[in-house]
Amino acid sequence: MTVLLEGLTVIGPAGTMVEPVSAEIAPGATLALIGESGSGKTLTAKSIVGLLPRGFRATGSVTVAGQALPVERPGDDAAWRRARGRSVSLLLQDPFTSLTPVHRCGDQIAWTVEAAQGHRLPRGARRAAVEERLAEVNLPARVADAFPHELSGGMRQRVAIAAALASDPQLLIADEPTTALDASNQAEILDLLRRIQLERRLSVILISHDLGVVRGRTDQVLVMRGGQVVERGATAAVLAAPEHPYTRALIEADPVVAARSGARIAAEEAAPSEVEPLLVCEGVTKAFGVRTVLDQVDLAVAPGAIVGIVGESGSGKSTLARCIAGLEREDAGSIVLAGSALAPGRGSRTPDQMQIVFQDPYSSLNPMMSIGAILSEALGVAGRASSEVPGLLEMVGLPAEFARKRPAELSGGQRQRVAIARALAPEPRLLICDESVSALDVSVQADILALLARLREEIGIAILFISHDLAVVRMIADSVTVMWDGRVVESGPCHEVLEQPAHEYTRLLVAAATRENAVPVEGKD
Amino acid sequence: MLAARVLGVLGVLFVLSIIVFAMMYLAPGDIVKNLLGNRPANPDVVAAVREQYRLDDPVVVQYLTWLKGFVTGDFGESIRLQVPVAQAIGDRIAITAALCGLAFLVSVIVAVPLGVRSAVKAGGWVDRAGNALSILGLSAPTFAIGLVLLYLFAYYVPIFPVYGGGDGGLDTLRHLVLPAVTLALGLGAIIVKLTRTAMLRELESDYVTFARSRGLGERMVRRIALRNAAIPIVTGASLVLTFLVGGTVLAETTYALPGIGTLLQDSVLFKDIAVVQSLTLLVAVVIAVIALLADLAYLLLDPRVSRTLGARA
Repeated sequence: MTVLLEGLTVIGPAGTMVEPVSAEIAPGATLALIGESGSGKTLTAKSIVGLLPRGFRATGSVTVAGQALPVERPGDDAAWRRARGRSVSLLLQDPFTSLTPVHRCGDQIAWTVEAAQGHRLPRGARRAAVEERLAEVNLPARVADAFPHELSGGMRQRVAIAAALASDPQLLIADEPTTALDASNQAEILDLLRRIQLERRLSVILISHDLGVVRGRTDQVLVMRGGQVVERGATAAVLAAPEHPYTRALIEADPVVAARSGARIAAEEAAPSEVEPLLVCEGVTKAFGVRTVLDQVDLAVAPGAIVGIVGESGSGKSTLARCIAGLEREDAGSIVLAGSALAPGRGSRTPDQMQIVFQDPYSSLNPMMSIGAILSEALGVAGRASSEVPGLLEMVGLPAEFARKRPAELSGGQRQRVAIARALAPEPRLLICDESVSALDVSVQADILALLARLREEIGIAILFISHDLAVVRMIADSVTVMWDGRVVESGPCHEVLEQPAHEYTRLLVAAATRENAVPVEGKD
Repeated sequence: MLAARVLGVLGVLFVLSIIVFAMMYLAPGDIVKNLLGNRPANPDVVAAVREQYRLDDPVVVQYLTWLKGFVTGDFGESIRLQVPVAQAIGDRIAITAALCGLAFLVSVIVAVPLGVRSAVKAGGWVDRAGNALSILGLSAPTFAIGLVLLYLFAYYVPIFPVYGGGDGGLDTLRHLVLPAVTLALGLGAIIVKLTRTAMLRELESDYVTFARSRGLGERMVRRIALRNAAIPIVTGASLVLTFLVGGTVLAETTYALPGIGTLLQDSVLFKDIAVVQSLTLLVAVVIAVIALLADLAYLLLDPRVSRTLGARA
C-alpha cells in the first residue's frame, strides 16, 4: 500500500524544471512539499496525475500500492484512466473554480463514483453514494442539490474533498488546499483531511507555501526551491533545526513563527499620541442592495501611524478602504481627512490625499506600459516632473534601470514595489494597502512589509494596512481594528488586542495566527 | 429584470413603429401617388385613398389608425399584388421559416461539434480546416456563395434544382437544401468561432483539471466543459440568428424562392409601401423576440443568475 516516488523528474520546454524527487509515503502518512511559487511543487504534483501542461513531460517512476503509474506517458488517456481516481486524486487550491458552477454538487461527486465503477448508477444507488460521501465530510444531504455558488468557501472545499475521494484513491495530492480559504475555515479543512486520512489509511502529499499548515499535520517534509529538493526529513526535526539556509529563511520569514516569538518588522508601537488624527471615519455605512456591508464603522488613523484592519472576505474591510479612497460612495457617515470632511465619491478627492495599493500587482499594472511610463504618468497627475522617476524607484528599493522594463519582466515582489512607488508619486498623506502582500510568497511578503515600515520612518506617511491575516498585521501595525460582518468588533493597540482579545471572533483569529488549537466557529456555514 | 427587459423591447418596437410609419412620408414622390401605385389617378380614387389612409386627419390619428391595424392583423392592401398584405405574407412565410429553420439546424449541427473538436485538438487538421472554412463563411458574401453552390451542385453536378420552391413536402426540402447551406455557412462560421473560443477557455479551467484527476473519462469531461461553454455559445448564437433575417433576402433572390425575402425585394422596387412597412415591422418583432429568448436561455443555462433572481422575487 506504500507510495513510492523514484527519480521523478519534470522536463519543460526550456529544460529540466524539477530535479529528480524520490520519496516513500506509508499508508496513513503525509508528505509535505513546501516551497514558494516557482519551486516546482505544483509541477511535481501534476506529473503524478499525468496532467502536466502542454510541452512538459516527466521521467522516473511513481508506484502506488505496487502498481506503477504511467507518469512517462502524460497523453496516454487509456493508461491514465485506470490510474486516476482509483490510485491517485488531486485536490486543487481554489474551491471556487475547481467545481463546475452549472452542475449540482451531488452530480459532481457522483461522476467520480461512476468513473471509478466504470458504469452509471441507478438513481437510488447514486443518491445513496452521494449522501454517504457528503456525510464523510460532515455535510448534510441537502448539499447534494445545491449549486456550488450557494455554498460558503469552506463547504465548497468539503464538497471538492468528497468528490476527490469518492473514487477511493490510495494517494491524495492536496495542492494548497486551504490557501484560498479564510482563517476560520483553514484549520477545519486541514483537520477534516487528517481525520479522513487516518480512517482510510490514505497516503497524502500536502503541498503548501505555508509552514503553519505543515506543522503538526505532516510526517515528512521536502523543501523545494528552484526545482530542487534542498532539504528533507521528519517535519518536526526540519522545522526545529533547519539545516539549509533557505529553510531557515523560510521559517524566519513565516509570519506565524514571528507571531509566536513576538518579532516585528516595524519599530515598536508608538505610544498613542495626543496629536489630532489624520483620518477619522465616523458611522460609515454602506449597503449593496438589501445587504449591509458596512454598519456604523468608526476608525481613526494618526499621522505617521500604521493601522491594521483585519477580517475575512465579506467582512467589509475592502469596502471601507474603497469608501475612504472615494472608489465607493458611502450611504451615511463622515470621513474626515486632516480636518476637512470628504464628500462621498471621487469627485472631491485630490491625488495627494490618499493612494491605494491593491492585492494583485499582476493586474494592477498596465502590461503594455514600461515602468518608467507608469511612474511618470502618476507623477504627471500630481504635477511632478518625470525626472523624478529614478528617485521614486530608489525609494522602493529598485535600481533606476527598471524604468525601461515592462511589468512582465518583473517578479511579483518587484511589481508590488512598482505599485507602491506609483502610489507614492503624488506624495499622499495616507497610503491604503488593500491585501497588498497577500498574493506574495512569505519571504517576499517580509521584504515588502519591511519596505512599508521603512517608508513610514523616512517620509512619515500614515498607512492603513488591510489584511485577512492577523499574523501579518501584527508584524507591522501599531494598532489594529478587527472587522466582522460589516462591523468593528474590536480595536486597540496591536499587542493588547493580541494578548487580551475581548471578542470571540478575535480570539479565533489570534489562534489561527499563532496556530494554537483553533476553536471552530459554530453555525458559520 | 425580465419584466424590465420586456418593457424595453416594447419601447424599442414602439419607436421603430413610428419610424416605419414615417416611411410613408419619407418615400420620394407624392404620397397619394405612391399609395395609388399604377392605378389611374382620377379624383374618386384619390379621395378613396385619402379616406382609407385618413390623410386628412392629424398625423397622430393616422399613426394610431395604422398601428391599430397592424396590431389587429389588418396590414392594409398590397398595391402591387392587389391582395391584403396579410395574405401576401401568409402565402410566403412558410418557405422562409423553413429556410431559416433548416439553415439554423444545419449550422448548429455542423458548427458546434466542429468547434468542440477544434478546441480539443487545437492546432490539429480539423482545427485548421474549420478555421479556413469559417474565414470563408465569414468573409464571402452570401450571394457569391449562393452562385458558386448553384454552379457546382445544380449545373455541373445537377443533384439539386436551380430555382423555385418546389411542390411541397420532400420536393420543397430538396429545393431548400442549397439556399439553406448558403445561409448556414455564414451563420455556422460564427458559431464555430464562438464554440471554439468558449471551449478552449473552459478546457483550461480548474474544474476540468479536477475532473480529469478524479478519473473522469475524456467524453464526460468534454460534456461538462460544453455545458459550461453553452452559456456564451447560446447567447452568442441567438444574437447572430438575426444574420439569417438579412441573409434570407439574398439567398431567396439567388435561388428565386418565393419567400418573404423576395417579397420584400419586389415590394421595395415597386414602392409597395404597405408591404414594406409590414415586413419591416415584422422583422423587427422577430428580432426582438429572438433577443428576448436569448435572455431567457441565459437564465435557464446559468443557475447563478436564475437562483439570484428567484431569491429576489
